Amino acid sequence: METSEKLPQDFGAFHRQQLGIGLWFKSGDPWIWLTATAVGACIVAVLGLLGLIAVKGLSHFWPSDVVTINYANDFGEFRIAGEIVQRESIGRNQYLEAGSNSTAIETDQVERWMIKSGNRRINAPDFRWVYKHEIVQQLKATDMLVFERSEWGNAYGTLVGIKEHGQSIEPDNPWIELQKRIDRVTDLRDEARRIQKGAINRINYKLEKLRLEKRKRELKGELDFTDIEIERDRLNAEYLVEEQRLRDIITQLERDEIEIRIADGRISTIALRNIIRAWLPNEMSFWQKLGHYFSSIWIFLSQESREANTEGGVFPALFGTVLMVLLMSVLVTPFGVIAALYLREYAKQGPFVQLIRIAVNNLAGVPSIVYGVFGLGFFIYLVGGSLDDLFFQAAQPAPTFGTPGLMWASLTLALLTVPVVIVSTEEGLTRIPSELREGSLALGATKAETMFKIILPMASPSILTGVILAIARAAGEVAPLMLVGVVKLAPTLPIDGNFPFLHLDRKFMHLGFHIYDLGFQSPNVDAARPLVFATAFLLVLIIVALNLTAITLRNRLEARYREALL
Amino acid sequence: MNENERSTDASARVKLDSTLVGSRESVSPNQLPESETCLHVQDLSLYYGDKIALKDISMRIPRKRVTALIGPSGCGKSTLIRCFNRMNDLIDSVNIEGRIELNGLEIHDKEVDVSQLRRRVGMVFQRPNPFPKTIYENVAYGLRLSEKLPKSELDDRVEWGLKSAALWDEVQDRLNDSALGLSGGQQQRLVIARAVAVKPSVLLLDEPASALDPISTLKIEELIAQLKADYTIVIVTHNMQQAARVSDYTGFLYLGEMIEFDSTVTIFTNPTEQKTEDYITGRYG
Repeated sequence: METSEKLPQDFGAFHRQQLGIGLWFKSGDPWIWLTATAVGACIVAVLGLLGLIAVKGLSHFWPSDVVTINYANDFGEFRIAGEIVQRESIGRNQYLEAGSNSTAIETDQVERWMIKSGNRRINAPDFRWVYKHEIVQQLKATDMLVFERSEWGNAYGTLVGIKEHGQSIEPDNPWIELQKRIDRVTDLRDEARRIQKGAINRINYKLEKLRLEKRKRELKGELDFTDIEIERDRLNAEYLVEEQRLRDIITQLERDEIEIRIADGRISTIALRNIIRAWLPNEMSFWQKLGHYFSSIWIFLSQESREANTEGGVFPALFGTVLMVLLMSVLVTPFGVIAALYLREYAKQGPFVQLIRIAVNNLAGVPSIVYGVFGLGFFIYLVGGSLDDLFFQAAQPAPTFGTPGLMWASLTLALLTVPVVIVSTEEGLTRIPSELREGSLALGATKAETMFKIILPMASPSILTGVILAIARAAGEVAPLMLVGVVKLAPTLPIDGNFPFLHLDRKFMHLGFHIYDLGFQSPNVDAARPLVFATAFLLVLIIVALNLTAITLRNRLEARYREALL
Repeated sequence: MNENERSTDASARVKLDSTLVGSRESVSPNQLPESETCLHVQDLSLYYGDKIALKDISMRIPRKRVTALIGPSGCGKSTLIRCFNRMNDLIDSVNIEGRIELNGLEIHDKEVDVSQLRRRVGMVFQRPNPFPKTIYENVAYGLRLSEKLPKSELDDRVEWGLKSAALWDEVQDRLNDSALGLSGGQQQRLVIARAVAVKPSVLLLDEPASALDPISTLKIEELIAQLKADYTIVIVTHNMQQAARVSDYTGFLYLGEMIEFDSTVTIFTNPTEQKTEDYITGRYG
């Protein structure tokens, strides 16, 4: 070993020359920490957001206990009953500025509770703040009932009596009797709804069609409308029958009333037809509450909204969102795929095609409201207006397609998302090995046959990736929709039993807009707040569900073609 | 083919077994009568834009024989073979001059349907390229394009194609499995089966074994020997031993020119041109 004596010197070259912070920076460790922290912060932000809306939204449906509170202040003694929805501390200054007596309290912080006392129209307001230090007595009465009313929100009180045709009845068990009678009005209400939404809606739809038919023939110069008049008379007669049935049901609905005693001791009469559900929160076991909780969620998902959207469910908005997104996907997929095929397979690659490609990419960055304005100007006024002039003259001056509606909203969002589909389809097309194209062509396939049999199936995972991104973007979009078809309250769903079943000209409701409406346009902010969270949570779930469906589909296809793409 | 021949060192001169040579053609292909000519190339030049890739190539490719094209990388072998089924049409910048006649018909004629031409002139590429479909569907692909066969006949043709490519015994029980699950050698034979199934008259093989292991290569070579009874085969290879083993005629291309085209025996034992001699003996390439 000739070099053995040199060894100690050589080893010196590997020893750490510097120590401390300089070395630490050089080692790259801070970089690892920085990147990991960034990822951590993102995860915390996303989970925090989801957690917040989930907790705030989902807790709304839990049947909380109803507390009866006696409190006293300078204005007198009060007694209210309701659910505690929020507890918070405010600073002394804020407390004093609210006009309170400075001598009552000496601490810096004042705790106050927000009580949902309901009974709107009987004992306003329905949400009120109570200072904790003013509370004299607080108890949970076991016979305290909560009534979900079809109008004016919840009512809280104890049951005093049940009246039938204005006469008091004395049942052995008033609670069971009440439930029985609520079931009865629920059935009657459902029946009335069926008549309204079913038969009467159908007859009205047919009458409108007849009116348009008559108008159309008038425009043609025809004078004889006997057949139309016969049909109209027949429909009107049918209508009268249905209307009478409806009247009978309404009369039956009017039969019962209940009397309740509210917290301040007054007796109030409520027509039973206005009561949707009644429950005894302070007496319910955990499992009963859980059952009630899930039925509340089901009502939220499956029913229409009431009270300017602050009560009831979100079904029409849910339905509208999903339908609009599906229609959008159906429109955007062929459009984007065909455009990408031309750009990648047929167009001669050069600066011009490259320019188009850049333009398409940039389209994805245009603010969505611009698409909304474009949709309104181009689709609705120009295309829709022309369609009306050409095919729907009879209905004019009322517009048919020349007004915001489902089709235009879907088309506008399809336009908004088409760049995403084009880009990812193109990426998929470039990934397909040229050997496969050549293999197909060498067997005598034409370019078109190769495209349909080999290239498109193999590009399908990428196409679906594009659709996934498009769905993610479109489902959360609100701004353009406000201009091209979404409304606060749509009287009918875009799909019903009247031919042609899917009514593309109708306006529709949307969860995103529903959130905006609840949060910022609502007459009763306190009542609407939990629904904002619940609706937001639902919207997130819908987007996740739509995406997961598409992702599952894509992964299946990808597994099939993976080896060929390597 | 004996063991000796296959193990020849690439740098050493290829010695052909004299008995083997004796059994093969020794007539120069350019003196063939028209009736035995399958592809007749006349003064073919090909340009990529301004760059010339093939210069004035003339050759007669005999019917039902194996013709090998050899030459160093970039000499134009693949470009030439791709002219025979007009695969070069796919490249925008390509310009072709001269004539190629398939059984007496000019393939660049305006009347020629390129799809029909490619059905007559099948092609197998360097990298196995089965479609991401089942084994059955791969073979049936070309058949479905051209002919509307009833199911039972289609089954027969698929079986026939797979048997022609000596693959039937290995895959008959899993026709509905993905073709991508086959080994590289099986995939390449599947691709040959796919090409054979449409019953072409010419088979173009563009370095069919260069991506395969020695055993699969051997199988492909055996297959070529079987197929030449029914098809005119043109094979591009840069493996001279392979050309010597499988072909009846060999063309040597260098920088886009056909230096020499003659019977394989002549090329490998008694080439006329010095360049051919140098290449065969491994002085360049």
